[in-house]
Amino acid sequence: MKKVNHRNSISRILGIALALTLAFSTSLFAQDSAAAVAAGKSLFNANCAACHKLDAMSTGPMLRNIEQRLAEEEGLDREWLYKWIRNSSALIKSGDAYAVKVYEENGKKAMTAFPTLTNEEIDNILAYTASEPIKPPTPDEKTVQVVESGFSNQMVLWALIVLFGLLALGLFLVNKTLRKFAAANGTLNLEEETKGTPIWKAFAQNQFLVIVTTIFFLLGSAYFAYGYLMQVGIDQGYQPIQPIHFSHKIHAGDNKIECKYCHSSARVSKHSGIPSLNICMNCHMNIAEYNGETSAKYSKDFYDKEIQKIYKATGWDPATQAYVNEPKPVKWVRIHNLPDFVYFNHSQHVTVAGVDCQKCHGQIQEMEIVEQHSPLTMGWCINCHRETDVNLKGSAYYEKIHEQLKEKYGVESFKASQMGALECGKCHY
Amino acid sequence: MASNKKYWKSVEELNENSTIVETLRQNEFVEEVPVDEFLGDKETLESSSTSRRDFLKYVGFSTAAATLAACEGPVIKSIPYVVQPETIIPGVADYYATTIADGYDFASILIKTREGRPIKVENNKEAAVKGSANARIQASVLSLYDSMRVKTPKIAGEETSWEEFDGEVFQRIRTVADSGKPLVLLTQTFASPSTAKLIEEFKAKFSNVRHVTYDAISESTALDAFEAKYGERGLADYDFAKAELIVSVGADILGDWQGGGYDDGYAKGRIPQGKHGQAKMSRHIQFESNMSLSGANADKRVPLTPSDQKVALAKIYAGITGNAVSGRKLSDKVEDAIAKAVGQIKQAKTKAVVVSGINDVDAQSLVLAINEYLNSEAFDANAPRKIRQGNDKAVAKLVADVKNGAVGGVIMAGVNPVYTLANGKEFAEGLQKLELAVTFTMKEDETALNTKYIAPAPHYLESWGDVEMKKGHYSVMQPTIRPLFDTRQFQDALLKWTGSEQTYYEYIKETWSADILGGTSWNKAVHDGVFKTTATVSLADEATDAIENAPEAEEGEETAPQSVDVNAQARKLAGTKVATGMELVLYAKTGMGDGQQANNPWLQEFPDPITRASWDNYLTVSKADAAKLELVNENVANGGLNGSYAKVTVNGVSLEVPVIIQPGQAKGTVGLAVGYGKEAGIKEEMQTGVNAYTFYNNFNSAQEVTVTAAAREMHEFACVQLHNTLMGRGDIVKETTIEIFNTYGKEDLKHGWNVMPHVSKDHEMISATSPDADLWDEFDRSIGHHFNLSIDLNACTGCGACVIACHAENNVPVVGKTEVRRSRDMHWLRIDRYYSSEETFAGDDEAKENFDGLGLGNYVFGDREGNGSLSGFARLEDPSENPQVAFQPVMCQHCNHAPCETVCPVAATSHGRQGQNHMAYNRCVGTRYCANNCPYKVRRFNWFLYNKNDEFDYHMNDDLGRMVLNPDVVVRSRGVMEKCSMCIQMTQKTILDAKREGRQIKDGEFQTACSSACSSGAMVFGDINDKESKVAKSLKDDRMYHLLEHVGTKPNVQYYVKVRNTKEA
Repeated sequence: MKKVNHRNSISRILGIALALTLAFSTSLFAQDSAAAVAAGKSLFNANCAACHKLDAMSTGPMLRNIEQRLAEEEGLDREWLYKWIRNSSALIKSGDAYAVKVYEENGKKAMTAFPTLTNEEIDNILAYTASEPIKPPTPDEKTVQVVESGFSNQMVLWALIVLFGLLALGLFLVNKTLRKFAAANGTLNLEEETKGTPIWKAFAQNQFLVIVTTIFFLLGSAYFAYGYLMQVGIDQGYQPIQPIHFSHKIHAGDNKIECKYCHSSARVSKHSGIPSLNICMNCHMNIAEYNGETSAKYSKDFYDKEIQKIYKATGWDPATQAYVNEPKPVKWVRIHNLPDFVYFNHSQHVTVAGVDCQKCHGQIQEMEIVEQHSPLTMGWCINCHRETDVNLKGSAYYEKIHEQLKEKYGVESFKASQMGALECGKCHY
Repeated sequence: MASNKKYWKSVEELNENSTIVETLRQNEFVEEVPVDEFLGDKETLESSSTSRRDFLKYVGFSTAAATLAACEGPVIKSIPYVVQPETIIPGVADYYATTIADGYDFASILIKTREGRPIKVENNKEAAVKGSANARIQASVLSLYDSMRVKTPKIAGEETSWEEFDGEVFQRIRTVADSGKPLVLLTQTFASPSTAKLIEEFKAKFSNVRHVTYDAISESTALDAFEAKYGERGLADYDFAKAELIVSVGADILGDWQGGGYDDGYAKGRIPQGKHGQAKMSRHIQFESNMSLSGANADKRVPLTPSDQKVALAKIYAGITGNAVSGRKLSDKVEDAIAKAVGQIKQAKTKAVVVSGINDVDAQSLVLAINEYLNSEAFDANAPRKIRQGNDKAVAKLVADVKNGAVGGVIMAGVNPVYTLANGKEFAEGLQKLELAVTFTMKEDETALNTKYIAPAPHYLESWGDVEMKKGHYSVMQPTIRPLFDTRQFQDALLKWTGSEQTYYEYIKETWSADILGGTSWNKAVHDGVFKTTATVSLADEATDAIENAPEAEEGEETAPQSVDVNAQARKLAGTKVATGMELVLYAKTGMGDGQQANNPWLQEFPDPITRASWDNYLTVSKADAAKLELVNENVANGGLNGSYAKVTVNGVSLEVPVIIQPGQAKGTVGLAVGYGKEAGIKEEMQTGVNAYTFYNNFNSAQEVTVTAAAREMHEFACVQLHNTLMGRGDIVKETTIEIFNTYGKEDLKHGWNVMPHVSKDHEMISATSPDADLWDEFDRSIGHHFNLSIDLNACTGCGACVIACHAENNVPVVGKTEVRRSRDMHWLRIDRYYSSEETFAGDDEAKENFDGLGLGNYVFGDREGNGSLSGFARLEDPSENPQVAFQPVMCQHCNHAPCETVCPVAATSHGRQGQNHMAYNRCVGTRYCANNCPYKVRRFNWFLYNKNDEFDYHMNDDLGRMVLNPDVVVRSRGVMEKCSMCIQMTQKTILDAKREGRQIKDGEFQTACSSACSSGAMVFGDINDKESKVAKSLKDDRMYHLLEHVGTKPNVQYYVKVRNTKEA
């Protein structure tokens, strides 16, 4: 009982505290514009970003300083905006002149209604739209910095080189002088070294050693030659430069897009399928810029340019939000190349066997540039077939076969190799 | 009893002393590798400019170069769609129902497409009429990717645009219309309701337009006879499945007779049905001149000249109806055969059917009268076929008019009259003088070369269309690929010229909604490809006004039915005189048809089912006539066949044609196939044979002819009939008669017709299949799938659709004439044709023993009956006068105990648990041991690289032709063995689909290319571990046997004993 009371009191206290915080929070946020902007940003991203951008046309108009612009150009106040955001179609129906105008201009598509947004929340969003855009650090400063640091490093290097040069010269001179002294004193004995046969001659005279060494040498070179030749045609680590820098890390890793969203034919076809550009445009119709992590090599600017390449290929004009130009298909460089005499079917592995993409393609979600992870040799295929249990449960196809196998061998699970996955004709035809 | 019979493939084999046959039996690869030629001769070796050092240098250099070249992998680009169509998934095939209607071949089919490319033709099982593809239709998908197609419109040989073309042609149409001279539309048979309607509209728009329908190989006499009797232009339809007795007088019912496609129904009736002891099958009697597919399948075949056939038909008519018709007496054997046939027809009554292929109105109306009289169940005159509508008289008049300049212009579509008319040259001269000559064509063919305006026409796989195969049975043609070139359909052009804004697609849709569909869904009709109505009016009649315009047609003749004096016709027919010289019978080969697809390498390389010759047409001559005319055939050491040339003259026109001596050819007749000898719009390699259409006077396939030996070197044939013989091991084909089949058990001591062979173990005879006789351990294949293919020799008509289907599915290369001649053909599936005489050969062996010396003197002095061996052997060859024929498709038998597997030094061929014999091409080093050790001779060696090689300039050598390749099957390279895989890519796909959907596989889902192409049901494929499957049941059938059972290979291909409905064993 005590315990329960105790806990209740804590939760009650916490509840009250929370209520208080909430009650005060509005006024607090209203006063603190930075906090309002932050809250507005998260609200904006959750509700508005699908159709609106701050500084560019998207499905809907751009929203930077929208309140100010409306007030200046149309004389509309915040109350109008509340109405519009909560239920734009009602406003249009009521015959509001500007609402009808916007409706007409945007292809008679009314904005989605957000009746749940409170006035405060809308205020926050408007605060966010009114905030100044965050300027990325100017590239000029950066380059100067880089150049500066490069310069200083070089200086150090040169200084070191000069220093070592001086040291070497000094030593040489010291040596020379000492030898002069020695010669003058007659202490230097040059005859001593000619005694005994040199080691290489001794070695050459010892036939046993020569033969053993030759054998080892031949075996060693055969080993390396074999190793080298076995690498011919194996392109593990092949990492070609693609016409568009598509980062699997950003898509599959940071944004956690399911592989088969884009590579949908992997489920049903032998090919995993390189996604057609219309699939890219499903998202990139709205995502025209990159706002994630950047590095020196892969800057925001770099990624944004890559996104522009999709628009160019599809003929999309972001300004008018329409396909206007002639599309130009992208010529990707194929990374995983199986020889013609092998038949490989993705759906067999992905859908039937339920193998993860990563099993063969590596940690694709961490690859900025995709490389061939596996050797794609027959030995590699077969090893996996030897190790993998076939999932015989839950499929009507395997029902009868499984029963028969269980009866015959008295075991529950079977490796792929035991089910005929090592037969030549299963992959070679 | 079957086993006493001796089978032979070539006349050469009847010659007991033939060294060639012996050599071919002993040697798998007839040509020795020429090692001795070089190394054996010391002089050549020493005088060679290449020294040993040089040789080593070259080896070293090339090895190093190859190694260096191998280090750098090529960069492979992948280009995805910009906008991927929803229905297309790369790697997954889509099927579309469409229809072929090229004027000669008509069928409802399915097209398999991969990534938007049509790659294979399949049968449309939902079609009630003509739902199966023959060899030519199977191959038609390759004709789509023909690099010789016309790619842009041309005016007087100059490439131009459609705008310019339209402008000029339209202006000239106007000029012609104003001149008052007729404008003629000369078209193929479209059998299309929409086209018929559209042509009517075109006629209404421009005055004095005449429409003439033209079939290269005419059925006009049959159409005329049918029209006279029933008042509608069409062809009676037959369902041979319902017939118990089929009597054919010169009709190749399994070939292209009256549009073809009768083999499915025929085959159904040929399988013995019912319990053992009461099994029944249809009986087929064939009177014919050339050995045709139908004659080869007949129970009783009577070789007869065309003029005798007419008399015979009149006599059959007289015999059945009881009307007295007196004709001249034919030979005793024939008279006897006629009498027997009549007796059997009378007995079978409504279950009998009589057909004829004689190009004579009287003969055709006699046939109609006979079937009416019999009230034959197999005969259908209510819903006639519409797929032949050509009118000889109208065509003849047009040719005369063009020659005289009596017409103003001709617009041609789907025809090549300059090539296919006997007087094509005259027509060509006339064409050049016309104000307007337009041809819609896929090739710059003979006609196009003489036409100013060449309009490139799309292939049927790029076109919209509709077809009425048979009254009330409609089919839709839909494009399966975007047009490859700047082509336009004839119908679209007509629409444009009539000033319509519609496309032909919209026009068809409109026509269908208005006249055909009756409220049902158009989309469903397109999806199914077929639509059936019970309408009594045919919409596809095209040629009605052509008859009115033909002056030869009797004036005032009504198209309404009228009484035809059949008796008078019979008397006229019976009065046919004996031909003065020899008679030439023109025919269409199974592979070439009317010659439209002569530029198709698959069809050129397709061995004729009867002669087994490819890449040629030839004069078929009977042995007796050949001896008389001093024409010879001989086999040379490499297995090739040579034949002498004959000079053939018809009506003053002569051609020199190579000769093949054809067993079963009626004495006094010679046969020659049309469709060859094309020279325009065709690759050089494909320009084979002679143009037999030059003899096709008056559209009659029978012509009087003089044949003399031509003084020329022997012609070299590419004939595969002696290739890959089964080492004389016999017992390959098992056959019996229905009587013995019903009376005795299969293992009967004396009359057993399917006896299990026995082998001796410890001096005791044991069954060849018993485990004691086994060298190998048996695997347990009871779990999972175990595939079997069963082949019913009764249902197999030898049509060869499976051969082409196999080519298409498995990327089998085309090797060309010279290579085929060297027995390097790559067909994974061959259809062996065996001849056997009606009598057993046991008696012959006895006779041979009793020969007394050579008897040369007597033989030279004309004593053919003497006891010497020369005359004796001459007598032995008599069977070739009229042999029985058996067809046997042979592919890899997928032996459970495969001899090939044990001899492969690199384990490139191995056995799968599912019963398939696998072949890993990348592992093969080309020792060819496997081929040597294969008792069935089904392995094929890649002597050369057949793709991207200018030496083999067939479809695999151009980018367009390679589009037909199946992406699921590898293209083999040089130095590799290949063979039938039992379409493992198809079985694996079926299994994968089932796994993915988590379901069991139903019987019939497993297919191979050959079994799914086989419309006669001769080939059935399935899983024998599924106890309910057809193949599992057929394994226990009495008729089932395995090839060379005594060898102990335990094949996974089953054969069915052929049963003949004949009393003579």
